[in-house]
Amino acid sequence: MAAKARFKDTDMQAVIGWVLRIGVIVSVSVVFVGGVIYIYRHGGLIPDYSKFNGVPNFVQLHGLVNGIINLRGRSIIQAGIILLIATPILRIVFSTVSFVLEKDYLYTGISLLVLLIIIVSSISGHVG
Amino acid sequence: MPVLEFTLIILVGSCFAGLLGSLTGLGGGFIIIPLLTVFLHVDIHYAIGASLVSIIATSSGSAAAYVKEGITNMRLGMFLEVATTLGAVTGAMVAVYFPTNLLAILLGVILITSALLTLRKKAVQIAHQKNTLAEKLKLNGSYPGENGTVEYSVSRIGGGFIMMLFAGLLSGLLGIGSGALKVLAMDNIMRIPFKVSTTTSNFMIGVTGAASAVVYLQRGYIEPSISMPVVIGVLIGAMVGSKILVKTKSSGWLRWVFVIVVIGLASQLIYNGLIGKI
Repeated sequence: MAAKARFKDTDMQAVIGWVLRIGVIVSVSVVFVGGVIYIYRHGGLIPDYSKFNGVPNFVQLHGLVNGIINLRGRSIIQAGIILLIATPILRIVFSTVSFVLEKDYLYTGISLLVLLIIIVSSISGHVG
Repeated sequence: MPVLEFTLIILVGSCFAGLLGSLTGLGGGFIIIPLLTVFLHVDIHYAIGASLVSIIATSSGSAAAYVKEGITNMRLGMFLEVATTLGAVTGAMVAVYFPTNLLAILLGVILITSALLTLRKKAVQIAHQKNTLAEKLKLNGSYPGENGTVEYSVSRIGGGFIMMLFAGLLSGLLGIGSGALKVLAMDNIMRIPFKVSTTTSNFMIGVTGAASAVVYLQRGYIEPSISMPVVIGVLIGAMVGSKILVKTKSSGWLRWVFVIVVIGLASQLIYNGLIGKI
């Protein structure tokens, strides 16, 4: 074969392994830092989670950014959680690129379909 | 209960959940949700949200290791993720319309079923019959076995796909990884070797969880102060568990411990759901 497969399944496995590992380490570190700040500032508080307390302001992007700037523990934890949720999604992005490099167009399409489902759900989640 | 105490209790419970979850391959969600709802009186939606986050963490963390060993069938995983994410998104969307006590009862029933499923005998089965759809979808694979590379083929793809839709639905509705159901679909329906089905299921759980989590996140069901100790605890427990797992072959008595713990917790969930306390 002239056009020798420069990018193989084993390369893909190595790349994806790293994406997942780094994603988890970074996001959990952020969660940890946020947690330390939260406990330092609110350790004595008595929270009540027995009923749903409504949508907090850091669900919106500007609320989240504001919270992080003001070093609010829960906002920083939230940012870490968002990074964590993004990790498997990023894994699909990397898989898609790998399938393109392998010239496997069937699986490029399947990966894009999975991505599409998640993107649509993250946009339409506000309803309800 | 003050935040500090509350956080520490969840942290310790989550470590325990992560340890058992990784040793049995079922994930930590099984113990986390009953722990939060029954003992700490947390709203079940918050518990489900926290469980989802921990599932994504453990799945991604262990998948990183498995993927490198070359056991995970990534094409199969990607193909079935179409089904699990579709199911998960649907489940997460309808979860808001479910009364909390109904969620608790349903979760209890699923937990008991899944725990019992782990007690099944796992015979090493390798299918070799040709399946044209599996060939077209490039789903057949191989993995490094003890005596060299083991080739296997995949059967009954349609049935497996439908089962994965259902597994995804439950995952989005109840915040569990549905690992037991995924493995069941791959083992019993698609005839995939156990080693491949468990690692591939684990690989898929992160993406399935993420598909539900994006919905829960926007609903405000993922409470940072609860998710924080859960995710850190489960991850620590799972890491310790995977270290133990490398050294020991099978953990027969541990499965029994797990099944008994889960049945105990699940009964509490069902009871509290029935009397309307959740």
